[in-house]
Amino acid sequence: MDFSTRRKGAKKEVVTNNTSQKLQFYKIPPTETVSLHEFEEFALERLKVLKAIETAGEKFVKTSSEYEAYVREQLRNTKFSKLLKSEKNDENDSELRSLDNVSHFILRLAYCKSEEARRWFRQQELDLFRFRFSLMSESLKKKFLVENNLHYESISDEEKSKIQEQLAAVSNKGTGVVESLEYFKVHFTDVLDLVQKRKVYLHKGHAYVAYDDMISLLIGVYREHLSQALAITARAIPHLEEDERLLPMLSGLSKRYLGSDYDVKKSTVGQVTADMIDMLSKKSFPLCMSHLHSSMRQNHHLRHGGRQQYGLFLKGIGLSLDEAMKFWRSEFTKLIDVDKFDKQYSYNIRHNYGKEGKRADYTPYSCMKIIMSNAPGPGDSHGCPFKHTDVDLLRQKLKNMTIGDVYLDKIISEVKAGRYNVACTRYFESVHKLPLEYQAQTFSHPNQYFEESQRTLNGENKPVGIGTPQRSQKTMTTTSTENKSQNKTKSCIEEFDTMDDDFDINEVIETSA
Amino acid sequence: MPEKTSSYDPESLPDLLPIYYKKLFPYGPYFRWLNYGGVEKNCFSHREFSFTLKDDIYIRYQSFSNEKDLTEEIQKRCPYKIDIGAIFSHRPKEHKTVKASSFVALKKELVFDIDMTDYDDVRSCCSGADICSKCWPLMQIAIKIIDRALRDDFGFEHLLWVYSGRRGVHCWVCDETARKLSQPGRTAIAEYLSVVKGGESQTRKVMLDDRPHPSITSAIDIVRKRFTDYAVKKQDFLGDDDKIKDVLQLIPEENVNVSKGVNHLLKSPFCIHPKTGRVCVPIDPDNVDSFDAFKVPTISEIVDELNHVEPTSEDGKRIKDYKRTSMKGYMEIFDKFLTNLEKTWKGKLIEQSGKLTYD
Ligand code: SF4
Ligand SMILES: [Zn+2]
Repeated sequence: MDFSTRRKGAKKEVVTNNTSQKLQFYKIPPTETVSLHEFEEFALERLKVLKAIETAGEKFVKTSSEYEAYVREQLRNTKFSKLLKSEKNDENDSELRSLDNVSHFILRLAYCKSEEARRWFRQQELDLFRFRFSLMSESLKKKFLVENNLHYESISDEEKSKIQEQLAAVSNKGTGVVESLEYFKVHFTDVLDLVQKRKVYLHKGHAYVAYDDMISLLIGVYREHLSQALAITARAIPHLEEDERLLPMLSGLSKRYLGSDYDVKKSTVGQVTADMIDMLSKKSFPLCMSHLHSSMRQNHHLRHGGRQQYGLFLKGIGLSLDEAMKFWRSEFTKLIDVDKFDKQYSYNIRHNYGKEGKRADYTPYSCMKIIMSNAPGPGDSHGCPFKHTDVDLLRQKLKNMTIGDVYLDKIISEVKAGRYNVACTRYFESVHKLPLEYQAQTFSHPNQYFEESQRTLNGENKPVGIGTPQRSQKTMTTTSTENKSQNKTKSCIEEFDTMDDDFDINEVIETSA
Repeated sequence: MPEKTSSYDPESLPDLLPIYYKKLFPYGPYFRWLNYGGVEKNCFSHREFSFTLKDDIYIRYQSFSNEKDLTEEIQKRCPYKIDIGAIFSHRPKEHKTVKASSFVALKKELVFDIDMTDYDDVRSCCSGADICSKCWPLMQIAIKIIDRALRDDFGFEHLLWVYSGRRGVHCWVCDETARKLSQPGRTAIAEYLSVVKGGESQTRKVMLDDRPHPSITSAIDIVRKRFTDYAVKKQDFLGDDDKIKDVLQLIPEENVNVSKGVNHLLKSPFCIHPKTGRVCVPIDPDNVDSFDAFKVPTISEIVDELNHVEPTSEDGKRIKDYKRTSMKGYMEIFDKFLTNLEKTWKGKLIEQSGKLTYD
């Protein structure tokens, strides 16, 4: 991109993507000249779209008509409104394509700097892609596959008849139905999400994918491409620093997105001491953290994933390094001796406080990170209970905590719809004796939950304009959004390399391999 | 280990290890494995090893330029345990000289770690760290299920199964595709293989719907076939479907740790288990049923054997010391694995030699 010369309103040059499709993998950066004004405007328009996509995903099931309707509605108010029409036919709207392409690349620059930011951007872009693909006609879909060199051969009827039963078992369809479907043979690494869910028949490294599932393949390809591109961009970004007009704008952009990181505020450090944690965990911890706490008290131990998730959260609520040491040591040494503790665990704790290794100041995990990455295995206590606990068990557990039926039903239905942090918000209302759906904003960070809890307990969480928030069953949508944005979180861009610790570099691999 | 107690005494390990590393550790084949024919540059020299020395001193980020370098260092240090890690972007030894963000793990075998401790709910014989000839069949079932899925479903061919020396078994999947797998790829395979889903707070559920996934059907077949023998003769439970479910429940995830990260370390083959003294020998997956964990030689046995066998073979040619001990049969399994593996790079080397320029 050439950002240098043109001013507002300057004419754009040729758009050079050699595909006739509007939907694309964004492989070729735009070559047209963009004015600084457009630069920012385009980016903001795309951000609106991505946020709409995120919100839609929180509210509705991604394949539902409500989801589609919501996104459509939101898109209407943006410069991307024409997307809705043009996705259906083949006509070439060069302005729209330019907007699409340029804005994507600008946000890539703005959101490449931390793993957290990359993850958010990647997720929303993938969902946007999925949404746009779903709007396309069958013939355009086929064309898309061909133009992106994804023209997989469908398998012959003969081959199909040999594995018909297996295909039927996997798809839960009758063999008759299978017979009429088109199947593709692809390498299993191309459809990892189907493999993971065991939703595909595998034989000798090949996955047999039904046409309907090809979107999963596309998403896989796009995810990999985007991860790689973001990592490369992040490495390249120091070279951009010479242009002092761009950088502030880029970091400004990435800060506009609210649902991300949580900065440990200097002012809170030291407010919490080790002996307060038992009490706080009962009153103000989200379920994921109170679960970690009790499982640590019970086992006098937490596995690595748990120590990271919990340790950084505690740091976020203001537990100082000294207090953290005290806290972990006193519990772990019920099982092991002090020597061993110092040898095995203290490094990691200091590391999280930026006192070892790369000396990065690690930020607490967001819900997104907890929910999306590193699912707990046997013996692990980390993760998000709404996502990672078996629904029946979760229900039982909540019942035992005397969560009222009205809340409970709502929570469970949100969980079933895959809206885990919405469920978490309903849970919050129940334990804080607030009316159902009182909280206007969904939690996106465990530390946000904690702060909101503290505010509520201090009587600061009152609906605007109403004196006493008694248990009216009415939804009060006017709740303190202002307050929210203050204790809200800004995206961290200081650290590109947010590896969890020295011993686990998967995330870097994931993005750069 | 209740059955056959060997003469091994953990106290003698510091005296035996130097002899083992001097005369018996199979450096040659070991290097041939990890060098992968030298097809990919640096794949040996950028590999991380870690050593556990006496008194639990643990040193990470060791790396070696070649077989000689490796041999000398192992003989000098006499590690109680050797772990193998990933192939990195730089020599692990020199990791401090590069920026942390550019020092990244690039490749590693896909590895599995199956441990018997977790079978405690189902076995009724011994418990905890021990195994006996009654519960070993559970392990064999697990090996068969995983071995089948890796070969038939994923198309992997180069699987190295290794006894961990006590109550566990490891599997190294060495195919190129496996070595290059991304972290999400590893996770996907792990989940695919797990019959039971979920962590501590989930109910243990075997997904046995009316029409299970073909991979589950195959697993059930394996259990059923082996179960009749196992249930009736060894343990006293009934061979009904519920028990089959129980056994199935144990397989993957609950006790098979698939290492999802590229950067995880796993104990190397041919280590000595410090508690039992047994050598971590390869297991032939085609003959799992005849693999007897209690016949695996201990370090004291093989060192002793050295003293009692003539150092040269009859025709006067010198043979490797390990071939003169009861490690011989296990080395043949390793050789078979290597021979197959070598076929994969022979073609590549020929291909490369045509256009190779020396730089
Ligand atoms: S939604 Fe977030 S805060 Fe709530 S339990 Fe899950 S991870 Fe924790
Ligand atoms: Zn036993």
